[in-house]
Amino acid sequence: MARIQTNQTQGAVTRYEEAFAQFERDHSAPAWLQAKRREAIATFSRLGFPTVRDEEWKYTDITPAANLVATPIFQFELNGAAAKVRTQLPFQALEGHRLAFVNGHFAPDLSHVGTLPEGVEVRPLSEALAAGSERVQQAFGRSVNGEETFVALNTAFAQDGAFIFVPADVELAEAVHLLFLTTGDSATVSHPRNLILLGQNAKLTVVESYSASTDGVYLTNAVTEIESGAGAHLEHIKAQLESPKAFHISTTQVGAARDSQLRSSSLNLGGRIVRNNPIAVMQGENAEVTLDGLVLTDNEQLIDNHTTMDHAEPHCASHELYAHVLNDKSVGVFNGKIFVRLDAQKTDAKQSNRTILLSGDATINAKPQLEILADDVRCTHGATIGQLDENAQFYLQARGIPAREARSILIRAFAGEVLASITLDAVRDEMEERISNKLQ
Amino acid sequence: MSTETQTIEALASQEYKAGFVTDIESETLPRGLSEDIVRTISAKKGEPEWLLEWRLKAYRHWLTLEEPHWLNAHYPELDYQDIIYYSAPKPKAKLASMDEVDPKLVETFNKLGIPLEEQKLLANVAVDVVFDSVSVTTTFKVKLAELGIVFCSFSEAVREHPDLIKKYLGTVVPYTDNYFAALNSAVFSDGSFVFIPKGVKCPMELSTYFRINTQDSGQFERTLIVCEDDAKVSYLEGCTAPKFDTNQLHAAVVELVALERADIKYSTVQNWYPGDKDGKGGIYNFVTKRGACRGESSKISWTQVETGSAITWKYPGVILQGDNSIGEFYSVAVTNNAQLADTGTKMIHIGKNTRSTIVSKGISAGHGQNSYRGLVKVLKGADNARNFSQCDSLLIGDRCGAHTFPYIEVRNPSAKVEHEASTSKVGEDQIFYCNQRGITTEDAVSMIVNGFCKEVFRELPMEFAVEAQKLLSISLEGSVG
Repeated sequence: MARIQTNQTQGAVTRYEEAFAQFERDHSAPAWLQAKRREAIATFSRLGFPTVRDEEWKYTDITPAANLVATPIFQFELNGAAAKVRTQLPFQALEGHRLAFVNGHFAPDLSHVGTLPEGVEVRPLSEALAAGSERVQQAFGRSVNGEETFVALNTAFAQDGAFIFVPADVELAEAVHLLFLTTGDSATVSHPRNLILLGQNAKLTVVESYSASTDGVYLTNAVTEIESGAGAHLEHIKAQLESPKAFHISTTQVGAARDSQLRSSSLNLGGRIVRNNPIAVMQGENAEVTLDGLVLTDNEQLIDNHTTMDHAEPHCASHELYAHVLNDKSVGVFNGKIFVRLDAQKTDAKQSNRTILLSGDATINAKPQLEILADDVRCTHGATIGQLDENAQFYLQARGIPAREARSILIRAFAGEVLASITLDAVRDEMEERISNKLQ
Repeated sequence: MSTETQTIEALASQEYKAGFVTDIESETLPRGLSEDIVRTISAKKGEPEWLLEWRLKAYRHWLTLEEPHWLNAHYPELDYQDIIYYSAPKPKAKLASMDEVDPKLVETFNKLGIPLEEQKLLANVAVDVVFDSVSVTTTFKVKLAELGIVFCSFSEAVREHPDLIKKYLGTVVPYTDNYFAALNSAVFSDGSFVFIPKGVKCPMELSTYFRINTQDSGQFERTLIVCEDDAKVSYLEGCTAPKFDTNQLHAAVVELVALERADIKYSTVQNWYPGDKDGKGGIYNFVTKRGACRGESSKISWTQVETGSAITWKYPGVILQGDNSIGEFYSVAVTNNAQLADTGTKMIHIGKNTRSTIVSKGISAGHGQNSYRGLVKVLKGADNARNFSQCDSLLIGDRCGAHTFPYIEVRNPSAKVEHEASTSKVGEDQIFYCNQRGITTEDAVSMIVNGFCKEVFRELPMEFAVEAQKLLSISLEGSVG
């Protein structure tokens, strides 16, 4: 269907086109990448920014993020500032490897990669590109939908992010933390791009975090591509802790091969307008995918999660749990799609979406969506919207716990269902603390 | 499996049982749509000036709109200039009693299984029969009139009760509502009007039977039901159409108005011609139905059984305006062969303590595609609003599809909204269990499906429940596999 291009964001599209011309002039890239970038910017120009008239953006007006006049940062070095931001980094207690990116660019001062098993690669994408990595060339942009505006925009401008490769039968014992930090007070835009490839039976735990060292206005437009081999195991956590004025848009594309087990949790506390698109495609039989999410909002935050579970092959299982706690004038949007393709028999898909509205001005727009084209399947989805249990609150108060605290306990218990599945204690503990702080 | 497949094929080729054309002379306007056609329709019906103006406003608005194509199906762009907008049996002298009705017409209805005579005598159902676009006869009218109940064709209501029509027409579904509602408002030819005065409980089920007879004619009927304070009515609507190779458009509008403590129950059994097994021909059933619970503690309940039509596209909704008002939606939609159904409901909670229940059962067989699309909206002032939705899909065969698109928008923290959906198939073990006990596969499937739909069927009035079960087994005959 033809997009109704409003004049509202036409200027922004032109600005990105101009920035691209400058970007291409000043920063050379391998021919294959340059071709991909050109194709992507052409796609972006054709699509333009979505409006609320697009079904996928019905509840989220992205115009403010699109129209953000931001200075593109095609090069950035921390230099002396590393010590200053070091204390502001999330998940400092997390042991393991860390790749840090500041304003979209690799920051060696904040990164450390320990000894890796043979064949494992954990390095910045920019470095892998400079080294002419065949693997990157083959996999870059292979699984994502290039026909989506923000993915196209990311592909056009992507310079850095993490590249992780775990070969067959190798287990990376320690977690890899991909840390994305935005600094500075002037409006900026960054396009982090991560590529994670798992061989057969490989095992990996990876944490993505997005945060800022200031309360500034900026746009993060991230894309993470994850591909797995047969029997691979992955635990993926995305903690979105952006500044309260930030715009955050992300796509996480997960490809689940035969017998693989992939789990991705999206934890959202920050941002002014946030849109996440976690997409999982089950490409082999007996794959199992879990997509969980937590949304905790206040003030005028708008957090929109559009998840997709695509059962392309038979005998796969998927689980999904999204919990929303919405306060003040904030808005939560949840759209959970489950596709069961023709012949994807014996599919077992479960989706659950729970919401608690804490304030009379908060809004939830939920749309669980099932599209089923095979007959021998079990698919269920449930959505509930309600309040904290008054009886439970009364129970706690009767035992001398003040109302405010009782409420906090109940909310933390509600959110705890999503956090419980996270195996990294350091991440879980810090998230619990952040949630408590936000509730005060 | 292979024997079952054979049974399927044998049964899939089964003919549409209501697909005969009645050879009655009818007066038909030329094809196409223009201001002149709108004026002619209005003139033929002897309508007052204000209604003509309203039609023209709707027509002019319609011209500014684009045909929508967002439903989960593809249909070719319709050529609105190739439709006959008015077709009426040749006018005859006014009929005083049923016996004067054209015997051929009576025969048609007899073939359809709604013998007017019998219904009149036995079923105690008052029937307003709409044949193509003109209401032929209304039974039991006198009896109802004694209670102050108005049950007549729309055109008669325009003549006899212009004040009521003027007061309520377009107040629930304005002509600006959507493309097909605008089209209907411009060219609607007839329909039913029901008015139940204060405190009256209608003593019998009211019923209308619609039938499209002329090839290429669109059916644009309009139904308006008004229940005053403490009044109550149960209304039945049934539809069939003969078999033609071309697609016919059916764009009806139904408006329900429930005032203080009024209770309206609206049941539909829709069995329009679904097209042949390759999807050729069939009715496009694009209908706008909406009820408004204006008064406190009022109630509107929709029950629908959708077995026919090539494409069904409708969302009977309830606007829960009055405090403590109740909205209900019970639906069974069956798609077989190449049929498509995109149906569901809209529950708009405005008043305090409003409650709504949605139970939707979708059954897909053959290449049928069934979509549930619903909206539950709780506005800011709707304290303690409560909604429960359940949509279950049953898939028979591996080439059909089930889709659910429930939209939930909540702006009030005291609201409780629950939505559940599930998808399943007729289990091989269930069929095996029945077979073992000497029940044929065909009967077993029919039993299982009827059990699946029971929650909805029990909401239907008795006569319709029987018909619905029969229809369901006809629609699904041969789909086991």
